[in-house]
Amino acid sequence: MDSVIGGPEYPLPLEDYKRYGRQMILDGFGLQGQVNLSRASVAVVGAGGLGCPALQYLGAAGVGRIGIFDHDRVEISNLQRQILHNEETVGIVNSRLVIDAVTSAISASNALTLLAGYDLILDCTDNVPTRYLLSDTAVALKTPLVSGAAQKFDGQLCVYHYGENGPCYRCIFPVPPKPSNVGSCEELGILGAVTGIIGNMQALEAIKILTGLHDGKPVMHIYNALSTPPFRTIKLRSKREGCPACGTGALEKALVRDTDYVQFCGGLRPDWEHTGLAQGEAGKRIDAKSLSALLASDPFAVEIIDVRQPTEFGIVHLPGSKNVPLKQLVEYPQNMSRKSRSSSPAGWVTTHRRQQTRCEVSTEVRV
Amino acid sequence: MAGAETSSVTIKVEFSGGLELLFSNQRSHTLTLPAAVPTDNATTVPVPSTIEATKPADITYLIHYLRDHLLQERAELFEENGTVRPGILVLINDTDWELEGEGDYVVKEGDEVVFISTLHGG
Ligand SMILES: [Zn+2]
Repeated sequence: MDSVIGGPEYPLPLEDYKRYGRQMILDGFGLQGQVNLSRASVAVVGAGGLGCPALQYLGAAGVGRIGIFDHDRVEISNLQRQILHNEETVGIVNSRLVIDAVTSAISASNALTLLAGYDLILDCTDNVPTRYLLSDTAVALKTPLVSGAAQKFDGQLCVYHYGENGPCYRCIFPVPPKPSNVGSCEELGILGAVTGIIGNMQALEAIKILTGLHDGKPVMHIYNALSTPPFRTIKLRSKREGCPACGTGALEKALVRDTDYVQFCGGLRPDWEHTGLAQGEAGKRIDAKSLSALLASDPFAVEIIDVRQPTEFGIVHLPGSKNVPLKQLVEYPQNMSRKSRSSSPAGWVTTHRRQQTRCEVSTEVRV
Repeated sequence: MAGAETSSVTIKVEFSGGLELLFSNQRSHTLTLPAAVPTDNATTVPVPSTIEATKPADITYLIHYLRDHLLQERAELFEENGTVRPGILVLINDTDWELEGEGDYVVKEGDEVVFISTLHGG
């Protein structure tokens, strides 16, 4: 009975040979590669710019079970349909693909439970504390972590905790950056195609690991859309002996349970928008309505200096405002024209969301 | 002292992951450093002849040099306690600097040193 489809000799259903034939004939992939994928489970944490393309390609490659974790997006079930639909366009719907859609936020208290049972974790998240949490969890659960990140025109991709003595995220970045030094895509910008490239590559690294095609060497791939060549691969150190997550005597699961990841990463990221709304010292701040009223009564009452970057200024700015990027203003405050100083009772400085600049403005600039 | 041909060392420095914004928005720089530099990493160029304690130019010196001479923005975005701030990866000829001795690595003619800020977005 060995020659029965689905039996030991032909372990996949007939339609799979048709659907996945083109990847199965690849050297090093073969029948076994496809069988491995069909039996594999992958957790994709974050279903945004990185997670969505990764999910599409994992589904289309025939991964047996995919977990989607995202608490920000309520339309996660919609995404589930998209992955299945994507399969339809490739061939026959894989009714055997199991998708677990999880909308509870991953935290130190539930990560070990939620992510247990997956062969691989994809970090497609957008913040530092979750990146440390996922790395520690991957180490504790003994699964590799395929980590992707993107910002502006840049992307980074790395497989952590894999291969002989492969480092974890903490081995490479033992100390988290200060929250104020971390920008978000919302503040700094991101090109969708860049997240697409990195997300696709995360799926690719996952497929390589699951089919045994990955060489297990610790490297980081760095991408910049504007550079030629756009990719660069760097050789990383191996595991750090004293790493609290993966080093000798590491706490493993207890580390995950006992760490306050937000605190570890220096607390919550400053809420610049909220900070910007805070009431300042009387006479040093003005809200939009008061400014509008002031200008309506006398268009020359104030001179408005917009300290954002020229690109941001070019998108939208207040009528009559002048663009002097903060750096220039702080560096050469004397360059502000005398005329404008004497003719205006005050100089107003506007910024968008990156309100961390505000404090410098108030201390350095006396117009 | 060594001969004239070894009195300076020219290297390529690259910034990536947003760090280039701190350095005139220029990703690639070619730098010529003095081959022997003060042990306290003071970056006055040329090195005053009164300086007695010198060491070969290393990555720690390079970090000080970049901070003092090329950095255009707030120093804390690049340097902290004499080394790079957390979240910056340093590569020497495409290899993690931890494999090369970190700050003590002595720069050689033609070396390429890359500073990369980790990204967190997705
Ligand atoms: Zn580690």
